Amino acid sequence: MLQRKPGSKRFPMRLNIKKGRVDMTHGSGGRAMAQLIEELFASHLDNELLAQGNDQAAFSVPAGRMVMSTDGHVVSPLFFPGGDIGSLSVHGTVNDVVMSGAKPLYLSASFILEEGFPLADLDKIVASMAKAAEETGTPIVTGDTKVVEKGKGDGVFISTTGIGIVPDGLILSGDQVQPGDKILVSGYIGDHGVAIMSSRENLEFETSIASDSQPLHDLVADMVREVPEIRCMRDPTRGGVASTLNELAQQSSTGMRLQEEAIPVRPEVHAACELLGLDPLYVANEGKLIAICPADQAEKLLNVMRAHPKGQDAAIIGEVVEDEHGFVTMETVFGGQRIVDWLAGEQLPRIC
Amino acid sequence: MKYVDEFRSKDGAKKLATEIARTVDPNRSYHVMEFCGGHTHAIFRYGVQDLMPDNVQFVHGPGCPVCVLPIPRIDAAIELAERHDAIICSYGDMMRVPASKKRSLIKAKADGADIRMVYSTQDALKIAQDNPDRQVVFFAIGFETTTPPSAVAIKQAQALGLENFSVFCNHVLTPAAIQHILQAPDLRDFGAVSIDGFLGPSHVSSIIGSQPYDYFAQEFQKPVVIAGFEPLDVMQATLMLIRQVNEGRFEVENEYSRVVTPEGNLKAQSLVQEVFELRRSFEWRGLGDVPYSALQIRECYAAFDAERRFDLTKSKGQDVKACECPAILRGAKKPTDCKLFGTVCTPDNPQGSCMVSSEGSCAAYWSYGRFRLAQNQVA
Repeated sequence: MLQRKPGSKRFPMRLNIKKGRVDMTHGSGGRAMAQLIEELFASHLDNELLAQGNDQAAFSVPAGRMVMSTDGHVVSPLFFPGGDIGSLSVHGTVNDVVMSGAKPLYLSASFILEEGFPLADLDKIVASMAKAAEETGTPIVTGDTKVVEKGKGDGVFISTTGIGIVPDGLILSGDQVQPGDKILVSGYIGDHGVAIMSSRENLEFETSIASDSQPLHDLVADMVREVPEIRCMRDPTRGGVASTLNELAQQSSTGMRLQEEAIPVRPEVHAACELLGLDPLYVANEGKLIAICPADQAEKLLNVMRAHPKGQDAAIIGEVVEDEHGFVTMETVFGGQRIVDWLAGEQLPRIC
Repeated sequence: MKYVDEFRSKDGAKKLATEIARTVDPNRSYHVMEFCGGHTHAIFRYGVQDLMPDNVQFVHGPGCPVCVLPIPRIDAAIELAERHDAIICSYGDMMRVPASKKRSLIKAKADGADIRMVYSTQDALKIAQDNPDRQVVFFAIGFETTTPPSAVAIKQAQALGLENFSVFCNHVLTPAAIQHILQAPDLRDFGAVSIDGFLGPSHVSSIIGSQPYDYFAQEFQKPVVIAGFEPLDVMQATLMLIRQVNEGRFEVENEYSRVVTPEGNLKAQSLVQEVFELRRSFEWRGLGDVPYSALQIRECYAAFDAERRFDLTKSKGQDVKACECPAILRGAKKPTDCKLFGTVCTPDNPQGSCMVSSEGSCAAYWSYGRFRLAQNQVA
């Protein structure tokens, strides 16, 4: 249980965050764990509900439709251009919650730490989580810490769960997608995957690309307020835009037809993918969304998205078509046609 | 992206398509074998076949390094990891290729073998340096393009005095394979179409040059055009082949003159020459034993030869029954002729090597071409 103990006696020696390391006692449930929670976790994540110090956070919620989503984070490396596992673990879950159109409310966080992990790194990660939680207005109200022996983990794994409340009357779901609908993307694709690849130990290459890891709650709030007719939204993380569209095609028994020319890809990402033999359509994003809406609302939605800083490079990339096979096809820049299939195997392991 | 987008332009494609349509003789057909899987991939990725007249057909060749490696060689790599407790360093493409008993490197890894995916020979050398108490074997595969880095790695290992590093050499040669396909018509199954000309792999020729093809272009009277890997390169080279066929010529032409020269990269060739020598014979999946079609490590570098360092049992591994990879690799059958294609054999559950690598014909058919199959079914 990650909790603050307001009345507890101070510990004789302060935790050595600068030079200390996680050891097995930090997961033992004893005094060392209490100290880690108080001096490291609670000092960053401080909020009223966490400070209650119970095994659970208790709160009242407004009446309405709630959504809940959970996500495990195992990204390697832990720190990458544009983010770290801490901010990613907040953005990932907040984005899953808000794809329903919901306003995110609260988060939980569960840490699996590896023996020997530097406390200084843990401190940076938790500080980064706190900042991301603050930004999105979703406090981390309950949590857990476990420690595994050296070699049984890889530094730190973080699972987060989030809940949110959906504005009245709004129902977004993949099965509502219909032939004729337009497909929009909120910006450049593939940044996160390429940023992670560029910082992998055995593959370091120079690039100016940073991860796009960011929370989309504010962009989504604008979108659903202005165009409540949106059929569904999804954040194309692992497996990229290609896998997300295949999921939606299957869920709604439709086909999708894309225009390669219309899909925003940064030249640097394009070049890195070329070099590594990857297809940007399959590379992970952590701060982008796919939205599908009726054709007559598409221009309006595009304008709403472009008016927001997180959607300024948004584009209409294709349309939903009738197709009993549920294929996603694409007209290539070359003028030919090809299928955009599910990702087979693993393009990039441990990307988020 | 500069130097790439120019070779993917829609306008360029339209012009070339018109030119090809104007050049073909409507009274005959043209069967063009693209030897290399890289070309197969480009043809499907960009939909090049869509832009060709009906009487121009691409026949997919055996130029996919992971596809042509026979099962016993993969069994041997697994044995190195499991019985000899070596760290096996492999390119990612090899990881999922089926071995005997429904195994593969990735499954052996899950069973506990220390198999690591690397991006270059340099990664393998570093792993050897970081693990001085372990044997580290680089699983070397590929055509002439990937051979020079293996030669460099062996020389570096020698210079560094790395006693725990060795190379499991599976490097194969392009001209020998093309010649074998032409020399043994029975290989191509009775009644199969004849090949009118070849698109030669340009990356291979950036090392060996275009000269090695002169002999068999003359001997077998088949034109060869060395082609780059961008879709416009493929179209331009196809046009050049069609012109040669129409005019009754059988020359080696070079479409990829921005990189390839007749003599190739002499420095790389001399490095390869120094470290490797011809193997008397090597088994190719699909082609069987092909004389002088592969390389082995020379005696003077024997210390770095995994086949000499470790005692390996001779596996009799065989392909999955009903898998048509061998015939597909010879260009005798199409992936859609295989009963397993798209039913039990998909990229997620490959039964044969051609479904594994993105350069394999089956994977290209499946990943990029599936919608055509659906259209055919409807029609």
